[in-house]
Amino acid sequence: MRTLYHFNGGVHPPTYKAESTRTPIAQAGLPSRLLVPLHQHAGSSAKPTVQVGDRVLKGQIFGMPEGSVSSAVHAPTSGTVTAIDMQVVAHPSGLPDLCVTLIPDGRDEWIPRVSTDYLTADHAELRLLLRLAGVVGLGGAVFPSDLKLRPGKQKVKTLVLNGAECEPYITCDDMLMRERADEIVRGAEMMRHMLEADEVLIGIEDNKPEAIAAMQAAVSASLFTKLEVVAVPTIYPGGGAKQLIRVLTGIEVAAGVRSTDLGVQCFNVATAYSAHRAIEHGEPLISRIVTVTGNVQYAQNFEVLIGTPVNELVALAEARPDTNGYIMGGPMMGVQLPSDRVTVTKASNCIIASSPALFPPPPAALPCIRCTRCVDVCPAELQPQDLYWFAKAKNFGKAQEFNLFDCIECGACSYVCPSNIPLVQYYRFAKSEIWANEREKDAANLARERHEFHLLRIERDKQDKADKLAQKEKAALAAKAAAAAQPQAETGTGSGSDAAAIDTLRAQVRETVRPDSEQTKE
Amino acid sequence: MFSPFITHASSVREIMFKVLLALVPGIVLYAWYFGPAILVSITLASVTALATEAVMLKLRRRSLAPLGDNSALLTAWLLALSIPPLAPWWLVVVGTMFAISISKHLYGGLGNNPFNPAMVGYAVLIISFPVYMTHWISPHGLGQLELSFIDQLQFIFGGQLPASVTLDAVSMATPLDTLKTQLHGGHAIADIVQMPIFGYLAGHGSEMVALAYVAGGLYLLANRIISWHLPAAFLLTLFATAGIFHLADPAHYVPPLFHWFSGAAMLGAFFIITDPVTSPTTIRGKLIFAAGAGFLTYIIRVFGGFPDGVAFATLLMNICVPLIDAYTQPKVFGKKGSK
Repeated sequence: MRTLYHFNGGVHPPTYKAESTRTPIAQAGLPSRLLVPLHQHAGSSAKPTVQVGDRVLKGQIFGMPEGSVSSAVHAPTSGTVTAIDMQVVAHPSGLPDLCVTLIPDGRDEWIPRVSTDYLTADHAELRLLLRLAGVVGLGGAVFPSDLKLRPGKQKVKTLVLNGAECEPYITCDDMLMRERADEIVRGAEMMRHMLEADEVLIGIEDNKPEAIAAMQAAVSASLFTKLEVVAVPTIYPGGGAKQLIRVLTGIEVAAGVRSTDLGVQCFNVATAYSAHRAIEHGEPLISRIVTVTGNVQYAQNFEVLIGTPVNELVALAEARPDTNGYIMGGPMMGVQLPSDRVTVTKASNCIIASSPALFPPPPAALPCIRCTRCVDVCPAELQPQDLYWFAKAKNFGKAQEFNLFDCIECGACSYVCPSNIPLVQYYRFAKSEIWANEREKDAANLARERHEFHLLRIERDKQDKADKLAQKEKAALAAKAAAAAQPQAETGTGSGSDAAAIDTLRAQVRETVRPDSEQTKE
Repeated sequence: MFSPFITHASSVREIMFKVLLALVPGIVLYAWYFGPAILVSITLASVTALATEAVMLKLRRRSLAPLGDNSALLTAWLLALSIPPLAPWWLVVVGTMFAISISKHLYGGLGNNPFNPAMVGYAVLIISFPVYMTHWISPHGLGQLELSFIDQLQFIFGGQLPASVTLDAVSMATPLDTLKTQLHGGHAIADIVQMPIFGYLAGHGSEMVALAYVAGGLYLLANRIISWHLPAAFLLTLFATAGIFHLADPAHYVPPLFHWFSGAAMLGAFFIITDPVTSPTTIRGKLIFAAGAGFLTYIIRVFGGFPDGVAFATLLMNICVPLIDAYTQPKVFGKKGSK
């Protein structure tokens, strides 16, 4: 038996996972239209490469990755592009983002798919293929996977495959592991090969015996020797990457530290599956497994094309009449969708139909009595009651000092708070205020730099004028004095040297401004 | 609505209720050994606390909802258990009013008070009305006379004792007080503890009440309402300090078990220093706070002029809480190795 490690706190909310695991994964099929956001991943938005009216094939690129952190977006089926415009996307802000609207033609016609042998391919090429296939982390963070497979400063010893799935209600990874264990294992081995890792530890919470058995069988059936399925204790948020890495390896990855620098990398099981499909089958990431559950008649997992409208998806599971909204993600960290017309993205692991009975509004918040139940459950080992106090008082400096940015927003503190204080909301507020302040400070520094440069320029112009005047006077005097003697050649300052002067001044100003702006950023 | 969308069913009201529940065995034994007068003072304190809370909420233009959170009741019970049951009715009323209005609401109400309200109430009374604070009833079976419940009521509300009964006949110094006066009188510990008032461990009757408080405290520990760090550090420090003095000079310093089971030690360990609002939030902080309270309790008891040390020890340590918290911040996840 492998030694497992422990992380602080955690909670045991009721799981409600049985409802959606009774039937196999179903195909959601073709919706009436697909609305594909170009920004579905961490980093910068993909740049559209199609035009309205284009006929596209299934798997054809809609948007090319732009910038170092980005990923491609594809047509989920064949059809016609009818619009490229701003639409409300699956984000709690309700703000619109650039989307491609595709009307399927029903033929589901693929682009030519090319299989690549990862054993012989160059690693850089594999990473480019993953980037162009739009493979991103499907656990929720949607970070481009190719970037996590780059060789780091330190050798990656352990690749952690995350099949913990600790959030209540969500079962998409569970079902994927039960049904497609073989392909997950192949994807995992490919990732191990790319990272040259010594071992792959596949962590699955022990409340998923079927998934554990399926994965174990797949590992044994494969010829891969460096993979191991490890049952981990069921506790929320044991499926957080940092927490799972801790449980499996004992390593604690602090906030702001890259896990690869500590010799570990972590991928979700669904990401491994998608990476396998992308490389060995030439299929870009155009669909994912989504759990549809909550206040529905037939809770179930569906394989859903990216861009499928939520209302068409939940219709398949038959939302009950008293449904009053939809949550994307789980009940601990999920977000309320602004409307049911938004569409499934790569980040949509679960859609929960909510009702007043299922998620009653929380009772009014009471004062904090410092009972420290939040401290007991905090996996980041923070002092949530202090952070709350500082956030409430808008004492953001102190909040940062008390490691606000180590908070992973898992919500365990809010879950146990007897005073029903929406603690995580306070932390999100404090973080966003700090970010806004930083941006403002940067903007102010830039403005100050410009202003000081402006002043310097005025000063310099004045000086120039005075110099010129003096020179003129001197020249006039000299001319008068030596009128008869040899005439003096005027040597005016060339306009070409102005640019150089401005550059030096700019550098000077920067030097005086920069040091303290750097300091305040600390 | 924002995540998390689900919460664990628990409330301040429930927590406070469980603490009240944990006090019940102690109160029952108290009434058994010392008569039902304690029930009168608990009732008086409860009514006063709720009325004061209501008035203060009204004055502060707040909702009256906090009346149901049981926190004022808890303050009332703890205060009532700290003062002599035969004290005049207005003593309980004044103490409770002060506790709720000045030391709780003037600081901002529940969660914002730096000092334990019940202990502030007690401190006000012991300083302002020291004589009334000595009206401790003789335990059942030890006094010359026992007052009936009607007699007790008449004395509490009217100050009238039945004809030919003196206060001295029905009241008695507490074991802690007796110990002090006997020591002053030049008696040796070995002889003093043979007096019937000292019971088996530290006081006839009162030691049983203390044991009942321990039982209540264990219930709170099992329900994770209090953390073990506070009572453990408090009791161990009290024991260790008393033990050192006792070992050094057994003729003048009682054995440590006496300090555990006399006075308010057990009430303090499980119900007073464990008040979350006025104790530190970090683990190390809790240990320091409780150890400090345990040490000061002993010092005040043995070398101070007050009948017990728990209240002042708690208040003195309450002052230190912000400092203790600031200096005992634990390292967070992933940052334990670095400085």
